[in-house]
Amino acid sequence: MSEAKNKEVLLQADKLTRRFGGLVANQDISVTLERQMIHVLLGPNGAGKSTCINMLSGDLPPSEGKIHFMGKDITGLSAAQRSQVGIGRSYQRTNIFPQFSVLENVRLAAQSRRQEPWRIFSKAMEAKWALEKARACIDEAGLGKRVDWVSGVLSHGEQRQLEIAMVLATDAQVLLLDEPLAGMGSEESASMVEVLKRLRQTRGILLVEHDMDAVFAVADMITVMVNGQLLECGPPAQIKASVAVQQAYLGTEDSFHV
Amino acid sequence: MNAQASFILKLVAIALLACVPLSGESFYIEIVGKVLVMAIFAMSLDLLVGFTGLVSFGHAAYFGIAAYAVAILSPQYEAASLWYVLPASIGLAALAAFVIGLFVLRTKGIYFIMVTLAFAQMAYFIFHDTPLGGGSDGMYLNNKPSAAIFGWEPFDLNNEVHMFYFILATMVLVYLFLARVLQSPFGRTLVGIKSNEHRMQSLGYFTFRYKLGAFTLAGGLGGLAGFLYAVLFGFVTPELLSWHESGNVLLMVILGGMGNLAGVIAGAFAFEMMREVFADITKYWQLLMGGVIVAVVLFLPGGLAGIPGRIKRAMQGGDAK
Repeated sequence: MSEAKNKEVLLQADKLTRRFGGLVANQDISVTLERQMIHVLLGPNGAGKSTCINMLSGDLPPSEGKIHFMGKDITGLSAAQRSQVGIGRSYQRTNIFPQFSVLENVRLAAQSRRQEPWRIFSKAMEAKWALEKARACIDEAGLGKRVDWVSGVLSHGEQRQLEIAMVLATDAQVLLLDEPLAGMGSEESASMVEVLKRLRQTRGILLVEHDMDAVFAVADMITVMVNGQLLECGPPAQIKASVAVQQAYLGTEDSFHV
Repeated sequence: MNAQASFILKLVAIALLACVPLSGESFYIEIVGKVLVMAIFAMSLDLLVGFTGLVSFGHAAYFGIAAYAVAILSPQYEAASLWYVLPASIGLAALAAFVIGLFVLRTKGIYFIMVTLAFAQMAYFIFHDTPLGGGSDGMYLNNKPSAAIFGWEPFDLNNEVHMFYFILATMVLVYLFLARVLQSPFGRTLVGIKSNEHRMQSLGYFTFRYKLGAFTLAGGLGGLAGFLYAVLFGFVTPELLSWHESGNVLLMVILGGMGNLAGVIAGAFAFEMMREVFADITKYWQLLMGGVIVAVVLFLPGGLAGIPGRIKRAMQGGDAK
Protein backbone atom coordinates (compact mmCIF):
# COMPACT_ATOMS: atom_id res chain seq x y z
CA MET A 1 0.00 0.00 0.00
CA SER A 2 1.64 3.18 1.09
CA GLU A 3 4.88 1.71 2.39
CA ALA A 4 6.82 1.90 -0.85
CA LYS A 5 5.97 5.51 -1.58
CA ASN A 6 7.59 8.50 -0.01
CA LYS A 7 5.50 9.16 3.05
CA GLU A 8 3.91 12.55 3.44
CA VAL A 9 2.82 13.18 6.99
CA LEU A 10 -0.38 15.22 6.98
CA LEU A 11 -1.44 15.24 10.58
CA GLN A 12 0.65 14.61 13.63
CA ALA A 13 -0.64 14.64 17.19
CA ASP A 14 1.94 14.54 20.00
CA LYS A 15 1.01 13.40 23.47
CA LEU A 16 -2.49 14.82 23.51
CA THR A 17 -4.06 14.86 26.94
CA ARG A 18 -7.56 15.97 27.77
CA ARG A 19 -9.00 16.21 31.23
CA PHE A 20 -12.61 16.85 32.19
CA GLY A 21 -12.29 17.90 35.81
CA GLY A 22 -10.70 14.90 37.51
CA LEU A 23 -11.40 12.53 34.63
CA VAL A 24 -8.60 11.95 32.17
CA ALA A 25 -10.40 11.20 28.92
CA ASN A 26 -7.22 11.06 26.85
CA GLN A 27 -3.70 10.62 28.12
CA ASP A 28 -0.59 11.09 25.99
CA ILE A 29 -2.22 10.03 22.75
CA SER A 30 0.07 10.34 19.74
CA VAL A 31 -1.27 9.67 16.26
CA THR A 32 0.35 10.14 12.87
CA LEU A 33 -1.67 10.28 9.66
CA GLU A 34 -0.06 10.05 6.25
CA ARG A 35 -1.45 10.80 2.84
CA GLN A 36 -2.99 7.83 1.02
CA MET A 37 -3.56 6.10 4.29
CA ILE A 38 -6.58 5.05 6.29
CA HIS A 39 -5.76 5.14 9.97
CA VAL A 40 -8.37 3.63 12.25
CA LEU A 41 -8.92 4.55 15.89
CA LEU A 42 -10.24 1.46 17.57
CA GLY A 43 -11.45 0.81 21.06
CA PRO A 44 -14.45 -0.03 23.22
CA ASN A 45 -17.04 2.54 24.23
CA GLY A 46 -15.59 5.11 26.58
CA ALA A 47 -12.04 4.55 25.33
CA GLY A 48 -11.77 8.23 24.40
CA LYS A 49 -11.91 7.94 20.61
CA SER A 50 -14.41 10.74 20.18
CA THR A 51 -12.48 12.99 22.55
CA CYS A 52 -9.40 12.34 20.45
CA ILE A 53 -11.09 13.16 17.14
CA ASN A 54 -12.67 16.26 18.72
CA MET A 55 -9.21 17.51 19.68
CA LEU A 56 -7.93 16.89 16.17
CA SER A 57 -10.85 18.75 14.57
CA GLY A 58 -10.71 21.68 16.95
CA ASP A 59 -14.06 21.05 18.60
CA LEU A 60 -12.26 20.52 21.90
CA PRO A 61 -8.99 22.14 22.97
CA PRO A 62 -6.43 19.68 24.37
CA SER A 63 -5.27 20.16 27.95
CA GLU A 64 -1.76 19.26 26.87
CA GLY A 65 0.04 18.27 23.72
CA LYS A 66 0.58 19.60 20.22
CA ILE A 67 -1.06 19.03 16.85
CA HIS A 68 0.76 19.68 13.58
CA PHE A 69 -0.76 19.77 10.13
CA MET A 70 1.71 19.54 7.26
CA GLY A 71 4.44 20.76 9.57
CA LYS A 72 2.52 23.72 10.98
CA ASP A 73 1.42 23.94 14.59
CA ILE A 74 -2.38 24.13 14.57
CA THR A 75 -3.02 23.44 18.26
CA GLY A 76 -4.47 26.89 18.83
CA LEU A 77 -6.73 27.00 15.77
CA SER A 78 -10.53 26.89 16.03
CA ALA A 79 -12.64 24.31 14.22
CA ALA A 80 -13.43 26.82 11.46
CA GLN A 81 -9.75 27.70 11.02
CA ARG A 82 -8.77 24.02 10.83
CA SER A 83 -11.41 23.49 8.19
CA GLN A 84 -9.84 26.34 6.23
CA VAL A 85 -6.35 24.81 6.35
CA GLY A 86 -7.65 21.47 5.09
CA ILE A 87 -8.99 19.32 7.90
CA GLY A 88 -12.57 18.18 7.44
CA ARG A 89 -14.67 16.04 9.73
CA SER A 90 -17.93 14.18 9.92
CA TYR A 91 -19.81 13.43 13.10
CA GLN A 92 -20.90 10.28 14.90
CA ARG A 93 -24.46 11.51 15.00
CA THR A 94 -25.51 12.58 11.54
CA ASN A 95 -24.97 16.31 11.39
CA ILE A 96 -26.47 17.85 8.28
CA PHE A 97 -28.97 20.58 7.39
CA PRO A 98 -32.03 18.33 7.25
CA GLN A 99 -34.45 20.82 5.68
CA PHE A 100 -32.06 21.71 2.84
CA SER A 101 -31.69 19.73 -0.36
CA VAL A 102 -28.67 17.47 -0.80
CA LEU A 103 -27.30 19.96 -3.31
CA GLU A 104 -27.71 22.91 -0.94
CA ASN A 105 -25.99 21.04 1.90
CA VAL A 106 -22.93 20.45 -0.25
CA ARG A 107 -23.12 23.83 -2.00
CA LEU A 108 -22.91 25.54 1.40
CA ALA A 109 -19.86 23.44 2.16
CA ALA A 110 -18.26 24.46 -1.14
CA GLN A 111 -19.15 28.12 -0.61
CA SER A 112 -17.14 28.08 2.63
CA ARG A 113 -13.95 28.18 0.54
CA ARG A 114 -14.75 31.62 -0.83
CA GLN A 115 -16.36 33.61 1.91
CA GLU A 116 -17.38 37.05 0.74
CA PRO A 117 -20.02 38.11 3.23
CA TRP A 118 -20.06 41.68 1.94
CA ARG A 119 -21.44 40.60 -1.43
CA ILE A 120 -25.04 40.69 -0.32
CA PHE A 121 -26.49 41.36 -3.77
CA SER A 122 -25.03 38.46 -5.72
CA LYS A 123 -27.19 35.37 -5.97
CA ALA A 124 -25.80 32.29 -4.30
CA MET A 125 -27.39 30.04 -6.90
CA GLU A 126 -25.60 31.87 -9.71
CA ALA A 127 -22.16 31.01 -8.40
CA LYS A 128 -21.51 28.24 -10.91
CA TRP A 129 -18.21 27.15 -9.44
CA ALA A 130 -19.85 26.22 -6.14
CA LEU A 131 -22.69 24.34 -7.81
CA GLU A 132 -20.34 22.42 -10.06
CA LYS A 133 -18.08 21.52 -7.22
CA ALA A 134 -21.03 20.44 -5.10
CA ARG A 135 -22.30 18.13 -7.86
CA ALA A 136 -18.84 16.65 -8.35
CA CYS A 137 -18.49 15.93 -4.64
CA ILE A 138 -21.97 14.42 -4.46
CA ASP A 139 -21.00 12.08 -7.29
CA GLU A 140 -17.73 11.23 -5.64
CA ALA A 141 -19.54 10.26 -2.44
CA GLY A 142 -21.89 8.07 -4.48
CA LEU A 143 -25.04 10.14 -3.98
CA GLY A 144 -25.53 11.27 -7.59
CA LYS A 145 -29.11 10.02 -7.73
CA ARG A 146 -30.24 12.08 -4.75
CA VAL A 147 -29.03 15.56 -5.71
CA ASP A 148 -32.41 17.28 -5.46
CA TRP A 149 -33.81 15.36 -2.53
CA VAL A 150 -34.50 17.01 0.79
CA SER A 151 -31.65 15.63 2.85
CA GLY A 152 -33.79 14.93 5.91
CA VAL A 153 -35.67 12.14 4.11
CA LEU A 154 -32.56 10.24 2.97
CA SER A 155 -31.79 6.88 4.49
CA HIS A 156 -29.32 6.79 7.32
CA GLY A 157 -26.56 5.45 5.09
CA GLU A 158 -27.20 8.09 2.47
CA GLN A 159 -26.97 10.81 5.09
CA ARG A 160 -23.56 9.51 6.05
CA GLN A 161 -22.56 9.68 2.40
CA LEU A 162 -23.86 13.23 2.32
CA GLU A 163 -21.61 14.10 5.23
CA ILE A 164 -18.66 12.78 3.27
CA ALA A 165 -19.69 14.85 0.23
CA MET A 166 -19.82 17.96 2.43
CA VAL A 167 -16.34 17.33 3.79
CA LEU A 168 -15.03 16.77 0.26
CA ALA A 169 -16.50 20.07 -0.91
CA THR A 170 -14.27 21.86 1.59
CA ASP A 171 -11.14 20.56 -0.21
CA ALA A 172 -10.11 18.70 2.92
CA GLN A 173 -6.75 16.91 2.73
CA VAL A 174 -7.44 15.15 5.99
CA LEU A 175 -10.81 13.51 6.60
CA LEU A 176 -11.70 12.86 10.22
CA LEU A 177 -14.65 10.50 10.10
CA ASP A 178 -16.42 9.54 13.30
CA GLU A 179 -18.06 6.14 12.78
CA PRO A 180 -19.07 6.60 9.14
CA LEU A 181 -20.37 3.02 9.05
CA ALA A 182 -22.42 3.16 12.24
CA GLY A 183 -25.97 1.96 11.82
CA MET A 184 -25.50 0.96 8.18
CA GLY A 185 -26.80 -2.19 6.54
CA SER A 186 -24.24 -4.56 5.07
CA GLU A 187 -24.87 -3.35 1.53
CA GLU A 188 -24.57 0.32 2.45
CA SER A 189 -21.54 -0.50 4.52
CA ALA A 190 -19.83 -2.25 1.61
CA SER A 191 -20.42 0.66 -0.73
CA MET A 192 -19.12 3.10 1.89
CA VAL A 193 -15.96 1.03 2.19
CA GLU A 194 -15.51 1.40 -1.57
CA VAL A 195 -15.98 5.15 -1.28
CA LEU A 196 -13.38 5.32 1.49
CA LYS A 197 -10.85 3.36 -0.55
CA ARG A 198 -11.38 5.69 -3.47
CA LEU A 199 -10.94 8.78 -1.31
CA ARG A 200 -7.73 7.40 0.15
CA GLN A 201 -5.96 7.75 -3.19
CA THR A 202 -5.44 11.47 -2.76
CA ARG A 203 -6.05 12.18 0.91
CA GLY A 204 -5.45 10.95 4.42
CA ILE A 205 -8.33 9.47 6.40
CA LEU A 206 -8.60 9.04 10.13
CA LEU A 207 -11.49 6.84 11.06
CA VAL A 208 -13.21 5.96 14.30
CA GLU A 209 -14.96 2.66 13.85
CA HIS A 210 -16.56 -0.25 15.70
CA ASP A 211 -17.32 -2.54 12.79
CA MET A 212 -14.37 -5.00 12.90
CA ASP A 213 -14.87 -6.49 9.45
CA ALA A 214 -14.86 -3.06 7.91
CA VAL A 215 -11.88 -1.96 9.97
CA PHE A 216 -9.71 -4.80 8.73
CA ALA A 217 -11.01 -4.34 5.20
CA VAL A 218 -9.84 -0.75 4.92
CA ALA A 219 -7.25 0.01 7.59
CA ASP A 220 -3.61 0.63 6.71
CA MET A 221 -2.82 1.45 10.29
CA ILE A 222 -4.71 0.87 13.53
CA THR A 223 -4.39 2.65 16.84
CA VAL A 224 -6.08 0.86 19.72
CA MET A 225 -7.25 2.91 22.67
CA VAL A 226 -8.44 1.66 26.04
CA ASN A 227 -9.52 3.82 28.98
CA GLY A 228 -8.15 6.99 27.41
CA GLN A 229 -4.72 5.44 26.87
CA LEU A 230 -2.95 4.32 23.76
CA LEU A 231 -2.61 0.56 23.89
CA GLU A 232 -0.98 -0.31 20.62
CA CYS A 233 -0.42 1.16 17.18
CA GLY A 234 0.52 -0.76 14.04
CA PRO A 235 -0.62 -2.36 10.81
CA PRO A 236 -3.72 -4.61 10.95
CA ALA A 237 -1.74 -7.85 11.06
CA GLN A 238 0.18 -6.68 14.11
CA ILE A 239 -3.00 -5.63 15.88
CA LYS A 240 -4.70 -8.92 15.11
CA ALA A 241 -1.78 -10.83 16.57
CA SER A 242 -1.23 -8.59 19.55
CA VAL A 243 -1.55 -10.27 22.92
CA ALA A 244 -2.07 -6.97 24.69
CA VAL A 245 -5.01 -6.10 22.46
CA GLN A 246 -6.55 -9.52 22.92
CA GLN A 247 -6.18 -9.30 26.66
CA ALA A 248 -7.73 -5.86 26.72
CA TYR A 249 -10.74 -7.32 24.99
CA LEU A 250 -10.87 -10.41 27.25
CA GLY A 251 -9.58 -12.57 24.47
CA THR A 252 -12.68 -12.45 22.29
CA GLU A 253 -13.51 -10.36 19.31
CA ASP A 254 -17.13 -10.13 20.41
CA SER A 255 -16.54 -7.29 22.76
CA PHE A 256 -15.60 -5.15 19.79
CA HIS A 257 -19.17 -5.31 18.60
CA VAL A 258 -20.84 -2.84 20.87
CA MET B 1 -48.99 28.73 -2.99
CA ASN B 2 -47.07 28.84 -6.24
CA ALA B 3 -44.72 31.69 -7.06
CA GLN B 4 -47.03 33.32 -9.59
CA ALA B 5 -50.06 33.43 -7.31
CA SER B 6 -47.91 34.73 -4.49
CA PHE B 7 -46.52 37.49 -6.72
CA ILE B 8 -50.00 38.57 -7.87
CA LEU B 9 -51.25 38.57 -4.29
CA LYS B 10 -48.39 40.85 -3.26
CA LEU B 11 -49.08 43.26 -6.13
CA VAL B 12 -52.75 43.40 -5.16
CA ALA B 13 -51.81 44.09 -1.55
CA ILE B 14 -49.52 46.94 -2.56
CA ALA B 15 -52.21 48.37 -4.87
CA LEU B 16 -54.77 48.27 -2.06
CA LEU B 17 -52.35 49.99 0.29
CA ALA B 18 -51.65 52.63 -2.34
CA CYS B 19 -55.40 53.39 -2.38
CA VAL B 20 -55.56 54.21 1.33
CA PRO B 21 -54.87 57.97 0.89
CA LEU B 22 -57.84 58.14 -1.52
CA SER B 23 -60.06 57.80 1.55
CA GLY B 24 -59.01 61.31 2.51
CA GLU B 25 -59.31 60.37 6.19
CA SER B 26 -56.26 61.49 8.12
CA PHE B 27 -56.98 58.92 10.79
CA TYR B 28 -56.70 55.99 8.40
CA ILE B 29 -53.74 57.38 6.55
CA GLU B 30 -51.83 57.80 9.76
CA ILE B 31 -52.76 54.45 11.24
CA VAL B 32 -51.92 52.49 8.10
CA GLY B 33 -48.73 54.49 7.85
CA LYS B 34 -47.87 53.40 11.37
CA VAL B 35 -48.60 49.78 10.51
CA LEU B 36 -46.25 50.00 7.53
CA VAL B 37 -43.53 51.40 9.78
CA MET B 38 -44.04 48.51 12.18
CA ALA B 39 -43.91 46.11 9.24
CA ILE B 40 -40.42 47.41 8.38
CA PHE B 41 -39.45 47.05 12.03
CA ALA B 42 -40.79 43.48 12.15
CA MET B 43 -38.99 42.50 8.92
CA SER B 44 -35.72 43.79 10.35
CA LEU B 45 -36.20 41.61 13.41
CA ASP B 46 -37.18 38.64 11.27
CA LEU B 47 -33.73 38.75 9.68
CA LEU B 48 -32.42 37.82 13.13
CA VAL B 49 -35.19 35.65 14.57
CA GLY B 50 -36.51 33.93 11.48
CA PHE B 51 -33.42 33.63 9.32
CA THR B 52 -30.39 33.59 11.61
CA GLY B 53 -31.97 31.99 14.68
CA LEU B 54 -31.08 34.89 16.98
CA VAL B 55 -34.00 35.73 19.26
CA SER B 56 -33.27 39.34 20.11
CA PHE B 57 -35.43 40.71 22.90
CA GLY B 58 -34.00 44.21 22.65
CA HIS B 59 -34.71 45.23 19.11
CA ALA B 60 -36.62 48.36 20.17
CA ALA B 61 -33.27 49.89 21.17
CA TYR B 62 -32.27 50.46 17.53
CA PHE B 63 -35.74 51.70 16.61
CA GLY B 64 -35.58 54.20 19.47
CA ILE B 65 -31.98 55.27 18.95
CA ALA B 66 -32.73 56.26 15.34
CA ALA B 67 -35.97 57.97 16.36
CA TYR B 68 -34.10 60.06 18.93
CA ALA B 69 -31.32 60.69 16.44
CA VAL B 70 -33.70 62.51 14.08
CA ALA B 71 -35.13 64.59 16.90
CA ILE B 72 -31.71 65.49 18.31
CA LEU B 73 -30.02 66.13 14.96
CA SER B 74 -32.82 68.36 13.67
CA PRO B 75 -32.43 72.07 14.46
CA GLN B 76 -35.18 73.47 16.66
CA TYR B 77 -36.66 76.09 14.37
CA GLU B 78 -36.04 74.82 10.88
CA ALA B 79 -36.19 71.59 8.96
CA ALA B 80 -33.16 69.35 8.67
CA SER B 81 -32.26 67.84 5.32
CA LEU B 82 -33.77 64.40 4.86
CA TRP B 83 -30.64 63.33 3.01
CA TYR B 84 -28.57 64.05 6.08
CA VAL B 85 -30.76 62.89 8.99
CA LEU B 86 -31.99 59.72 7.29
CA PRO B 87 -28.57 58.11 6.70
CA ALA B 88 -27.25 59.57 9.96
CA SER B 89 -29.98 58.03 12.11
CA ILE B 90 -29.78 54.67 10.31
CA GLY B 91 -26.01 54.79 10.68
CA LEU B 92 -26.20 55.50 14.42
CA ALA B 93 -28.65 52.65 14.97
CA ALA B 94 -26.42 50.29 12.95
CA LEU B 95 -23.35 51.45 14.86
CA ALA B 96 -25.10 50.80 18.17
CA ALA B 97 -26.11 47.34 16.93
CA PHE B 98 -22.54 46.63 15.82
CA VAL B 99 -21.05 47.56 19.20
CA ILE B 100 -23.75 45.76 21.20
CA GLY B 101 -23.48 42.79 18.82
CA LEU B 102 -19.78 42.43 19.63
CA PHE B 103 -20.84 41.57 23.18
CA VAL B 104 -24.20 39.84 22.93
CA LEU B 105 -23.26 37.51 20.06
CA ARG B 106 -20.81 35.74 22.34
CA THR B 107 -23.79 34.30 24.19
CA LYS B 108 -26.38 31.78 23.06
CA GLY B 109 -29.97 30.79 23.71
CA ILE B 110 -31.61 32.14 26.83
CA TYR B 111 -28.50 34.18 27.69
CA PHE B 112 -28.66 35.90 24.34
CA ILE B 113 -32.28 36.85 24.98
CA MET B 114 -31.42 38.23 28.42
CA VAL B 115 -28.34 40.16 27.32
CA THR B 116 -30.07 41.80 24.35
CA LEU B 117 -32.82 42.84 26.77
CA ALA B 118 -30.25 44.20 29.22
CA PHE B 119 -28.55 46.37 26.59
CA ALA B 120 -31.91 47.67 25.39
CA GLN B 121 -32.82 48.60 28.97
CA MET B 122 -29.53 50.46 29.26
CA ALA B 123 -30.39 52.41 26.12
CA TYR B 124 -33.86 53.04 27.54
CA PHE B 125 -32.48 54.53 30.74
CA ILE B 126 -29.98 56.68 28.85
CA PHE B 127 -32.91 58.48 27.22
CA HIS B 128 -35.18 58.24 30.25
CA ASP B 129 -32.81 59.49 32.92
CA THR B 130 -30.38 61.87 31.23
CA PRO B 131 -31.03 65.29 29.77
CA LEU B 132 -29.83 64.07 26.36
CA GLY B 133 -33.30 63.34 25.03
CA GLY B 134 -35.52 65.43 27.28
CA GLY B 135 -35.92 62.78 29.98
CA SER B 136 -39.13 60.88 30.52
CA ASP B 137 -41.19 63.47 28.63
CA GLY B 138 -39.35 62.79 25.42
CA MET B 139 -38.95 65.47 22.81
CA TYR B 140 -40.71 66.97 19.84
CA LEU B 141 -39.58 66.98 16.26
CA ASN B 142 -40.90 70.41 15.42
CA ASN B 143 -40.07 70.37 11.75
CA LYS B 144 -40.16 67.28 9.58
CA PRO B 145 -37.03 66.79 7.48
CA SER B 146 -37.03 68.48 4.10
CA ALA B 147 -36.50 66.42 0.98
CA ALA B 148 -35.15 69.42 -0.95
CA ILE B 149 -32.14 68.84 -3.17
CA PHE B 150 -30.54 72.16 -4.20
CA GLY B 151 -33.87 73.94 -3.94
CA TRP B 152 -35.86 71.28 -5.79
CA GLU B 153 -38.36 69.48 -3.58
CA PRO B 154 -39.47 66.11 -4.96
CA PHE B 155 -41.93 65.54 -2.12
CA ASP B 156 -42.97 67.13 1.15
CA LEU B 157 -43.11 65.02 4.31
CA ASN B 158 -45.40 67.58 5.98
CA ASN B 159 -48.02 66.47 3.50
CA GLU B 160 -49.66 63.40 5.01
CA VAL B 161 -50.22 61.79 1.62
CA HIS B 162 -46.61 62.30 0.59
CA MET B 163 -45.50 60.92 3.93
CA PHE B 164 -47.69 57.87 3.46
CA TYR B 165 -46.29 57.07 0.03
CA PHE B 166 -42.77 57.68 1.29
CA ILE B 167 -43.34 55.05 3.99
CA LEU B 168 -45.02 52.62 1.60
CA ALA B 169 -42.20 52.92 -0.93
CA THR B 170 -39.64 52.42 1.83
CA MET B 171 -41.39 49.29 3.05
CA VAL B 172 -41.50 47.78 -0.44
CA LEU B 173 -37.81 48.60 -0.90
CA VAL B 174 -36.90 47.01 2.43
CA TYR B 175 -38.85 43.90 1.46
CA LEU B 176 -37.10 43.65 -1.92
CA PHE B 177 -33.74 44.37 -0.30
CA LEU B 178 -34.10 41.64 2.31
CA ALA B 179 -35.50 39.15 -0.20
CA ARG B 180 -32.41 39.75 -2.33
CA VAL B 181 -29.99 39.58 0.58
CA LEU B 182 -31.43 36.23 1.61
CA GLN B 183 -30.59 34.79 -1.79
CA SER B 184 -26.98 35.88 -1.56
CA PRO B 185 -24.19 33.66 -0.22
CA PHE B 186 -24.39 35.81 2.92
CA GLY B 187 -28.10 35.10 3.32
CA ARG B 188 -27.70 31.38 2.66
CA THR B 189 -24.99 31.29 5.30
CA LEU B 190 -27.33 32.91 7.84
CA VAL B 191 -29.97 30.28 7.17
CA GLY B 192 -27.31 27.61 7.59
CA ILE B 193 -26.32 29.13 10.92
CA LYS B 194 -29.93 29.05 12.04
CA SER B 195 -30.21 25.40 11.06
CA ASN B 196 -26.94 24.18 12.55
CA GLU B 197 -24.32 26.69 13.63
CA HIS B 198 -21.89 24.09 14.89
CA ARG B 199 -21.88 22.37 11.51
CA MET B 200 -21.28 25.68 9.77
CA GLN B 201 -18.21 26.19 11.94
CA SER B 202 -16.84 22.78 11.18
CA LEU B 203 -17.37 23.55 7.49
CA GLY B 204 -15.02 26.48 7.96
CA TYR B 205 -17.45 29.35 8.40
CA PHE B 206 -16.47 32.10 10.82
CA THR B 207 -20.04 32.34 12.00
CA PHE B 208 -19.47 35.20 14.44
CA ARG B 209 -18.74 37.59 11.56
CA TYR B 210 -21.91 36.62 9.75
CA LYS B 211 -24.02 36.98 12.87
CA LEU B 212 -22.47 40.37 13.57
CA GLY B 213 -23.21 41.42 10.00
CA ALA B 214 -26.82 40.32 10.35
CA PHE B 215 -27.17 42.01 13.74
CA THR B 216 -25.80 45.28 12.38
CA LEU B 217 -27.98 45.14 9.28
CA ALA B 218 -31.07 44.38 11.37
CA GLY B 219 -30.20 47.25 13.70
CA GLY B 220 -29.87 49.64 10.77
CA LEU B 221 -33.20 48.58 9.26
CA GLY B 222 -34.87 48.73 12.67
CA GLY B 223 -33.42 52.25 12.83
CA LEU B 224 -34.98 53.07 9.47
CA ALA B 225 -38.36 52.13 10.97
CA GLY B 226 -37.66 54.25 14.03
CA PHE B 227 -36.72 57.19 11.83
CA LEU B 228 -40.01 56.93 9.93
CA TYR B 229 -41.95 56.63 13.18
CA ALA B 230 -40.42 59.82 14.59
CA VAL B 231 -41.06 61.75 11.38
CA LEU B 232 -44.63 60.43 11.11
CA PHE B 233 -45.68 61.37 14.63
CA GLY B 234 -43.34 64.29 15.27
CA PHE B 235 -42.32 63.27 18.78
CA VAL B 236 -40.28 60.63 20.55
CA THR B 237 -40.41 59.22 24.06
CA PRO B 238 -38.26 56.73 25.96
CA GLU B 239 -41.15 54.26 25.70
CA LEU B 240 -40.11 53.63 22.10
CA LEU B 241 -37.10 51.76 23.51
CA SER B 242 -38.92 49.95 26.27
CA TRP B 243 -39.04 46.18 26.53
CA HIS B 244 -42.77 46.31 25.75
CA GLU B 245 -41.89 47.49 22.26
CA SER B 246 -39.24 44.79 21.88
CA GLY B 247 -41.87 42.27 22.94
CA ASN B 248 -44.51 43.65 20.59
CA VAL B 249 -42.30 43.43 17.53
CA LEU B 250 -41.31 39.89 18.50
CA LEU B 251 -45.01 39.03 18.71
CA MET B 252 -45.57 40.49 15.24
CA VAL B 253 -42.87 38.20 13.90
CA ILE B 254 -44.32 35.15 15.66
CA LEU B 255 -47.86 36.04 14.64
CA GLY B 256 -46.88 36.49 11.01
CA GLY B 257 -44.59 33.48 10.77
CA MET B 258 -40.89 33.50 11.52
CA GLY B 259 -38.69 33.32 8.47
CA ASN B 260 -41.30 34.63 6.05
CA LEU B 261 -41.02 38.31 5.15
CA ALA B 262 -44.50 38.67 3.63
CA GLY B 263 -45.96 36.78 6.59
CA VAL B 264 -44.26 39.12 9.01
CA ILE B 265 -45.73 42.15 7.23
CA ALA B 266 -49.15 40.52 7.66
CA GLY B 267 -48.25 39.89 11.30
CA ALA B 268 -47.56 43.58 11.85
CA PHE B 269 -50.92 44.42 10.27
CA ALA B 270 -52.80 41.86 12.32
CA PHE B 271 -51.14 42.96 15.54
CA GLU B 272 -51.79 46.68 15.10
CA MET B 273 -55.35 46.14 13.84
CA MET B 274 -56.18 43.86 16.76
CA ARG B 275 -54.81 46.48 19.09
CA GLU B 276 -57.13 49.13 17.58
CA VAL B 277 -60.20 46.94 17.42
CA PHE B 278 -59.83 45.35 20.86
CA ALA B 279 -59.08 48.70 22.48
CA ASP B 280 -62.39 49.95 21.05
CA ILE B 281 -64.28 47.04 22.54
CA THR B 282 -62.85 46.94 26.04
CA LYS B 283 -60.23 48.47 28.25
CA TYR B 284 -59.06 44.95 28.97
CA TRP B 285 -57.96 44.63 25.36
CA GLN B 286 -54.61 43.17 26.32
CA LEU B 287 -56.38 40.08 27.65
CA LEU B 288 -58.04 39.53 24.26
CA MET B 289 -54.74 40.14 22.54
CA GLY B 290 -52.98 37.61 24.74
CA GLY B 291 -55.68 35.07 24.02
CA VAL B 292 -55.28 35.47 20.28
CA ILE B 293 -51.50 35.13 20.49
CA VAL B 294 -51.79 31.94 22.54
CA ALA B 295 -54.30 30.57 20.04
CA VAL B 296 -52.02 31.33 17.09
CA VAL B 297 -49.02 29.71 18.72
CA LEU B 298 -51.07 26.61 19.59
CA PHE B 299 -53.13 26.16 16.42
CA LEU B 300 -51.09 27.94 13.77
CA PRO B 301 -47.45 27.18 14.48
CA GLY B 302 -46.30 28.68 11.15
CA GLY B 303 -48.15 31.93 11.90
CA LEU B 304 -50.24 33.72 9.29
CA ALA B 305 -47.69 32.70 6.65
CA GLY B 306 -48.75 29.09 7.17
CA ILE B 307 -52.38 29.69 6.24
CA PRO B 308 -52.12 29.38 2.41
CA GLY B 309 -50.41 26.01 2.75
CA ARG B 310 -53.11 24.78 5.12
CA ILE B 311 -55.91 25.88 2.81
CA LYS B 312 -54.22 24.15 -0.09
CA ARG B 313 -53.87 20.95 1.86
CA ALA B 314 -57.44 21.12 3.08
CA MET B 315 -58.66 21.49 -0.51
CA GLN B 316 -56.59 18.52 -1.63
CA GLY B 317 -58.72 16.29 0.56
CA GLY B 318 -57.31 17.02 3.97
CA ASP B 319 -54.98 14.04 4.10
CA ALA B 320 -52.37 14.67 6.73
CA LYS B 321 -49.21 14.95 4.76
